[in-house]
Amino acid sequence: MDVALETDVPEVMDESLDSQMTISMGPQHPSTHGVLRLELVLDGETVVRTIPDIGYLHTGMEKLFEYKKYQQGIVITDRMDYLNPLGNNLAYVMAAEKLLQVEIPERGQVIRVLMCELQRIASHMVWLGTHALDIGAMSVFFFCFRQREKILNLIESASGGRMTPSYFRIGGLMMDLPAGFEARCKQFLADFPAGMDMFETLVSGNTIFQSRTKEVGYISKEEAIQWGLTGPCLRGSGVELDLRIHNPYTGYETYDFDIPVEEGGDVWARFRVRMRELYESAKIVTQALERLKPGPYKADAPKVVLPDRDDMRKHMDSLIHHFLIVAEGFNVPEGEVYHAIEASKGELGVYMKSNGGPKPERVHFRGPSFVNLSALPDMVEGELIADVVAVIGSLDIVLGEIDR
Amino acid sequence: MGTEKLHEYVEALKSENEKWVSEVVDALGEVTVITPRESISEVCAYLRDKQGFDMLADLCGCDRGPEEDPRFEVNYHLFSTEHFNRLRIKVELSEDDPKVESVVALWKTANWHERETYDLLGIIFENHPDLRRILLPSDFDGHALRKDYPLRGYEPYSLT
Repeated sequence: MDVALETDVPEVMDESLDSQMTISMGPQHPSTHGVLRLELVLDGETVVRTIPDIGYLHTGMEKLFEYKKYQQGIVITDRMDYLNPLGNNLAYVMAAEKLLQVEIPERGQVIRVLMCELQRIASHMVWLGTHALDIGAMSVFFFCFRQREKILNLIESASGGRMTPSYFRIGGLMMDLPAGFEARCKQFLADFPAGMDMFETLVSGNTIFQSRTKEVGYISKEEAIQWGLTGPCLRGSGVELDLRIHNPYTGYETYDFDIPVEEGGDVWARFRVRMRELYESAKIVTQALERLKPGPYKADAPKVVLPDRDDMRKHMDSLIHHFLIVAEGFNVPEGEVYHAIEASKGELGVYMKSNGGPKPERVHFRGPSFVNLSALPDMVEGELIADVVAVIGSLDIVLGEIDR
Repeated sequence: MGTEKLHEYVEALKSENEKWVSEVVDALGEVTVITPRESISEVCAYLRDKQGFDMLADLCGCDRGPEEDPRFEVNYHLFSTEHFNRLRIKVELSEDDPKVESVVALWKTANWHERETYDLLGIIFENHPDLRRILLPSDFDGHALRKDYPLRGYEPYSLT
């Protein structure tokens, strides 16, 4: 058979197919954990450039703080990082306490530590569930939410709110822990290791999960510091920094726990840091429960802290103080502070400036999600588009805090 | 916690160049260095390279109100991952000329912080690689966090 090769026919080649493609991922994409939009420039399936677009959830919270009294601001903080509301409460309240120079009694401090660590476990549970779900392990999500539900019930029993507790108040707590809280908390701690074993088997031991996360989304130690990463993202790059130990607050320095650090710098390393942190948090909760001794949970500062209901019926001055705090608020001395805590996602800093009145002049939240997300383009460039989802999951972002 | 250690950094800053430090405020366990705006890059570069303040923890602006002069301030919260100290550098800006040199060349994290400050307060960071609005839509009029901007805006904002 004699077939002439048609060499003179020009090759069909569409220039536009060869060039790069720009696609928009989000804001309704389920793996962007909210309303994050990414503009991805792709070459085939490889990411060439990433431009995050945020602000879909912007509600002007920082502006709102300036129009609310100090104690009213606590409610707004709940709605920022809605997976870690007690951490937000703590950062805000401690900044105000620093301005007012109010000291919190021992029991109040211990309860704050106890609740914050419970909240950290709850926050990490959502992270684990959604991170695994993004990568394709669906059942983990349900088991994680079952664990989280137990913690939310504990928080609800203490504060009355599941997602929006506003439990920490300037000068102490909203109220003391309810009867039976300790027993329920101990029950949770007793069940917790079995749950963790299950997660280690389901997720950590999963070959697919490991191959999807190892050597993906790498960021070096130097770059991580340049980008201002904090929390598990920074510790996943081999930097030992935990504000609970290095800038201690609420007496964290007296608790015995380790800082998990991984050298990998990839998604897997960040995953391992958070998993190990869960055990450390459980350790802190156990120690805090042992330290719970009867005593006052609010500071002795009648002009700042609301009086007990019972006192108001018996003492005239308590009634006056209550009226003044609620109706006019309390004046905070002039000054400015920056208070940073180790929230579940990293350094949560509050810059608070007062000019002497009952309302702050400026409140700025340095959200860990905001800063960690800004490093995303660096981590995903050169990776496959499917890995973008894994990297976002490993950053553990909450858009409520990014957009504020 | 004393602030003696922090004052050592301030002294080092002074001995390097006296013009860099216009005022030092020590209050509530925190030390603030007020710097003329021309030297902010140099001050930050010195503190980062020579004094170990390798992380920019936060950058935020503040509006003192339209009747004040200087009206704006920009706060740089430096942090060290080596000695874990914090130092606040403050730059004061007037209303007519709210411009300051960008520090993105020193810390990549400053990129979004500066965009946010520009978006909400209208402070212009010179030599910033990509100074666009970040939280508010690109066609938004005005700067929402300024004191003379009403809480509810001028008119109902619509996306259509």
